[in-house]
Order: sequence, then C-alpha cells, then structure tokens
Amino acid sequence: MAPIVSIRDLKKTYASGFTALKGVTLDIEEGEILALLGPNGAGKTTLISTVCGITTATSGTVTVGGHDIIDDYRAARSLIGLVPQEISLEPFETVTSTVNFSRGLFGHPRDAAAVEAVLRQLSLWDKRDAKTMELSGGMRRRVLIAKALSHGPRILFLDEPTAGVDVELRRDMWETVAKLKAEGVTIILTTHYIEEAEAIADRIGIISDGEILLVEEKEALIRRMGQKQLVVELAEPVEAIPESLGDYALEREGGGDRLVYTYDRQAERTGIRRLLNDLDAAGLTLADVQTRESSLEEIFVGLVKETGA
Amino acid sequence: MNLTAVIAIYRFEMARTFRTLLQSVVSPVLSTSLYFVVFGAAIGSRIDEVEGVSYGAFIVPGLIMLSVLVQSVSNASFGIYFPKFIGTIYELLSAPASFLEITAGYVLAAATKSLMIGLIILATAFFFVDLRIEHPVWMLLFLVLTCLSFSLFGFIIGIWAQSFEQLQLVPLLVVTPLVFLGGSFYSISMLPPVWQTITLFNPVLYLVSGFRWSFYGMSDVALGWSLLAILGFTGACIAVIAWIFRTGYRIRQ
Repeated sequence: MAPIVSIRDLKKTYASGFTALKGVTLDIEEGEILALLGPNGAGKTTLISTVCGITTATSGTVTVGGHDIIDDYRAARSLIGLVPQEISLEPFETVTSTVNFSRGLFGHPRDAAAVEAVLRQLSLWDKRDAKTMELSGGMRRRVLIAKALSHGPRILFLDEPTAGVDVELRRDMWETVAKLKAEGVTIILTTHYIEEAEAIADRIGIISDGEILLVEEKEALIRRMGQKQLVVELAEPVEAIPESLGDYALEREGGGDRLVYTYDRQAERTGIRRLLNDLDAAGLTLADVQTRESSLEEIFVGLVKETGA
Repeated sequence: MNLTAVIAIYRFEMARTFRTLLQSVVSPVLSTSLYFVVFGAAIGSRIDEVEGVSYGAFIVPGLIMLSVLVQSVSNASFGIYFPKFIGTIYELLSAPASFLEITAGYVLAAATKSLMIGLIILATAFFFVDLRIEHPVWMLLFLVLTCLSFSLFGFIIGIWAQSFEQLQLVPLLVVTPLVFLGGSFYSISMLPPVWQTITLFNPVLYLVSGFRWSFYGMSDVALGWSLLAILGFTGACIAVIAWIFRTGYRIRQ
C-alpha cells in the first residue's frame, strides 16, 4: 500500500539563515500512529508545519494521499487535521462557533449533527456554549482537537499534544488518540516525552538537529537498541570486583551490594550462565538475581549523544 | 473554488461585528453628530453657502467618507491582525482555501460593516441638515467601492503590522490627515492656488469629490478622475495582496 504521507528530501532554511530541516525523507503508512521524538529545536514543528502548509519548504517534495502539497494543495490539505502546539483560540468565541468555523474553512457546509458528534467524542458537548476563554487548559486543547477533526480528516497531526498537561489529562489524550486510530485515522504526533511515544505509538521516528536519525517499529526499536542488564544482589557486599570477573565489565551498585552486568539479548551468547558460574567460583553468594530493560529514553539519549558527538 | 470557506470567514467576522454592534455603531454616530453640532451649527452658521449648498449639508459626504475610510481600514486590519496575534492564523494557512478566498472573506466582512456605518451616518445626517441626493445609484456605487478598496488597504495593513501600535499608526497618521486635507470640510476652490495643486496629489480628494458630486452635482475634480482614482487604488491594493500571497510576506515563513 502506498504511504499516505510521503516526504522526500525536505529541506527548510528560514530567512534568518537557520536550517531547521536538513533533508528529511519519511513515509507514513495509513492507519498508524507515528511518534516523532526529538529534543526542543530538533525540527519537529517545522516538519509538521511544512506538510500542513504553514511554512514553505526550501526544497523537497511532500505528497499527502498522493496529492502534492503545493500543486494540489486543496486535495492534500482536505485530508489533514492539525492540532498546533500552542493553544490558539479566539477567546470570545463559543466552542460551537469556533468548530463551525473550522469546518467551513475546510469547505464543509454547516452540519449540526456532525459537529455534535465531534464535541461528544471529545467530551465537550456540555461546554458547547461556553466561550473558549472560560475553559481550562486541557479543555481548550480538546477544542483544538475538535476543530481539527471537524471536517473528518484522514490524517491528524498532533504537535506536542500533552505539553504542559497533567498526568490525568495526558492519559485522557492517549485514549482519544487510541479511539481515533480505531476509526482509521492516521496519527502523527510530536513529543519530547518518551513515555508518550512508548505508550501509544506504533512506530517511532527520532529526529534531532533537522535530521531523522531513524524510524522503526516501537517494539523492534526497543528490542534492537535495547540492552538488558542483569542485577546480581549479593549476600554480603564486596569492596571491589574480584579480578577473576574482570572480563564482564561489571559495575558496582549500592556500595557493593549489587553487581550489574550489561548484555545484548540479541547476541547468540548472553554470557549469563558463565557469569553465574564465575561468581560462584569467586566465592560470592547470591541473594537475588533480576534483569532490567533499557527504556526508550535511554535509547534516545544514547542515539542523540552519538550523533551529536 | 472553496466558496464555503469565504462564507465561513464572512459569517465568523460578521458575528463578531454584531456582538460588538453597540460600540461599533454608537461611537461613529456620536462623533459624526458632534461634527454636525460643531461644524454645521456653531461654525457653519457663520460660513456662507458653498456653491449653493448650506455648509452643514456640504460636509455630509466628507463626514461619511471620513468614517467609512477609517472604519474600513481599522475593521479589515484588525480582522486579519487578530488571528496573527493570537496564533489562530495557522488554521487559515493550513485550510484548503486560496489566498483570494481568505482575503474575500475578511474584506467583504469589513466592507459590509463600514457600509452599514456609512449608511447609519447618512441616516443620522437627515436629522441635522437638509439633504438631497441627486444621483443615489452613483452615491451607493461610490460608497461600496470606497468600503471595498479601503478594506483591501486595511487588510494589507493588518498583514504588515507587527504590533497593535503599528495597527493604529496608519489610520491615525495617514488616513485621518488625508481625509481632513482632502476637501472633506471645504471645497478646494477655497484654498490658495499652491495648496490646490498640492491637494491634487491627495487620493482622498477624488473620493470625496466624486461622492459629493453624487449628492449635489458639484465636484472639485471631474467625475471620471474620481472613478479612475478609486479603481486605480483598488487595483493597486489587489496587486499588493497578490504579491503578499505569492511571497508569503509576514504570514508564511
């Protein structure tokens, strides 16, 4: 199946001379949730803004649903809903009127039933006559989503949807995203919360300094990049790691209470059995053994450091 | 053509107008009434008729123009500046609407509002002076064209402005002086010859003159020039807007 969004060698240099995108190539499959993960200033918002028509690319091409975003912008943009990072709403408008406006802007005639459905979906129906300035921050963000969904887009861009949102609302947002995915909407979200990408994304793209470092299935990424650690709790603490265990690059933790062995679980031999034997031979008594997995965060920090160096 | 988008913008803007109807209408009507009291009654009683028209009646077209010009510029400039200021412009830029459609929505709404105000002031004038309108169709044509062209101009100002101060700068420092010096309150034949020549470079002169002709059949400049001036100004504004949208000046980075 052809990708629903296809980005080819997209470059963007602002008038100030700052290069935000250095040749991004990315395919987004229909129906997936893609999380673009990257530190502040990595180019996430510029990438989204360019696809949506808010900024113009310096070079490169983008097609949305097979339509070029410049030559065939009407068809391309009709497929897209955008939720910006900043909460930008007309303060004196009611929820209903601002959603009606968005729907009209995208060429759809007024349809009270359609707007009601969107407002109910986002639990905004009770607030339909409230002015946007009377709403809480979380509610206002939902209004932005309602506006973006008002014309029934097939692709939804969420730029930092949970920035500055409390934990409960964040979970709420994730549920909304999951519901939309179930309805077949393709979702691209940017975030610098790794937890977020880990919790809801199907694929993760890591972007740093205007370049996509990698795009991969979330599980595969964790598996591929993930190192596992074996933590050996000792019955009695050791002052130093015995010389006979020098090959394992063990680390002491908790003042010698624990020894940590890092291994690659994709490797043919993890070396665990040999280590346990050698520990025994060195006369150390084990109190407990556990393993732990590196989180996406550690992978991410490692990757960004690697390329930054 | 995304006509629905034009209508959506128009309705949205008109809803804003009607929400603030009282202050939008009361202040121009009040200030115009004050002009009538001061210029028409107090000072006007000491001024002779101008070419057979009482001074109070003579200034009516100029007063309407003053309000319509200032209102058109400020309505249209605010209309597009506000989304820029609060950030909601992202929606206009990402919508499947051409710049022509976006401009049409905002400019038509701003022009409608100033047309309404112009007509209300005209109605107010009937209470103060003896008015006659010799060419009502031309009068309406001039009024509508002026509303449209200066709303286009205001739209440009709104895109250009980067602060509320700049937004007010042009109506205050450019439009108002041009209207006052453009023969709103006098016939340029009352001026010394040098100033008559200088005034000919003031575009507002042509608007006021043509508009006044539609009332009393008298004008400072020939009707053809007035029409040409307003059409030329409209054309220039459209050209600038086309350029803005091609280059994305101050709206699309």
